[in-house]
Amino acid sequence: MNTSTIIFYAIAALILGAAILAVTSLKIFRSAIWLLFSLVGIAALYFWMQVEFIAAIQIVVYVGGIVVLIIFSIFLTQQSGKEMAKPATGKMIFSALAALFGIAFTFNLINHYGFNNISAAPFNPSVDEIGMQMLSTTSHGFILPFEVVSMLLLAAMVGCIVIAMKPTEANIVHLNKKED
Amino acid sequence: MNEVPLTHILFVSTALFFIGMYGLFTRRNIITMLMSIELMLNSVNINFVAFNKYLFPDKLDGLFFSLFIITIAAAEAAVAIAIIINLYRSHQSIDVDDATEMKF
Repeated sequence: MNTSTIIFYAIAALILGAAILAVTSLKIFRSAIWLLFSLVGIAALYFWMQVEFIAAIQIVVYVGGIVVLIIFSIFLTQQSGKEMAKPATGKMIFSALAALFGIAFTFNLINHYGFNNISAAPFNPSVDEIGMQMLSTTSHGFILPFEVVSMLLLAAMVGCIVIAMKPTEANIVHLNKKED
Repeated sequence: MNEVPLTHILFVSTALFFIGMYGLFTRRNIITMLMSIELMLNSVNINFVAFNKYLFPDKLDGLFFSLFIITIAAAEAAVAIAIIINLYRSHQSIDVDDATEMKF
C-alpha cells in the first residue's frame, strides 16, 4: 500500500461520493455543484493515470464549459433555492435495485474475466504524439473523424442558434393567425 | 502505479455508470437527467483511457475515442440546453411530466 495506491482510492471515493450526492440531492443547484466535484475528481483520475492532455481537456470542456452551461440554464429556468419534489418511494426502490443488480452483475463479470495480457510497453501520451496521430492521413491517423466532428460542432452551433432564437415578427404574426 | 489493478479502475467506472443510471431513472427534471447522462459518458471515458493505458500502451486509440466522446458530449449538452430553454419558454416548466403532447 504505497502513496499512489492511497491516492487512487481517495480519488475513487471522491468521484463516487460526489456522484451519489449529485443524483440524490433535492436542491438542483447543489446537485450541479456536486457534479462539478465529481468531474474534477475524474480529471484527477486522468492525472493519476498520467494522461495529462485528457485531464486538461476534461477540465476545460466539462468543468469550464458544460457545468457552467448547466448552472446558467438552472438560473434561467428554476428558483434555485426551492427543493424539488421527492421521487416516489417505489420508483426509488426499484431504480436502486436495478442499479445494484447491474453493479453486482458487472463486478462479477470483471472479476472473473482476468485481464492477463497486461502489457508493459512504455505508454507515451504526449501532446505531440497525439497531435501527429490526430492529423495524420495514414492508416492509423484520425483525420477523418476529426473533420467529421468539426462538421458536427458546426451543425450543433447552428442548431442551437435556430432553436433558441426569439420568434421573429413574421413568425409571431403567423402564430397569432393560427390561434385565431 | 502498477499496484492498482485494472479491475479496480473498471469497478469505479462501473459504479459511476450505474449511479448515473439511477439518477436517470429517479429524476423528473430535465436538467438533472442531463447531469446523469454526463456522469454515464464520463464513466465510459474512464474505461477507454484505462484499457488503453493497461492493455495497449503502444497505441493511442483509446485516448482518441475519449477525446471524440468529450467533443460530442459538449455538442449534445449545448443542443439539450437550447431545447430545455425553449421548452421552458413554452411550458413554464422543465419537468418531463409536464411535456406530454407528443406522448403516444
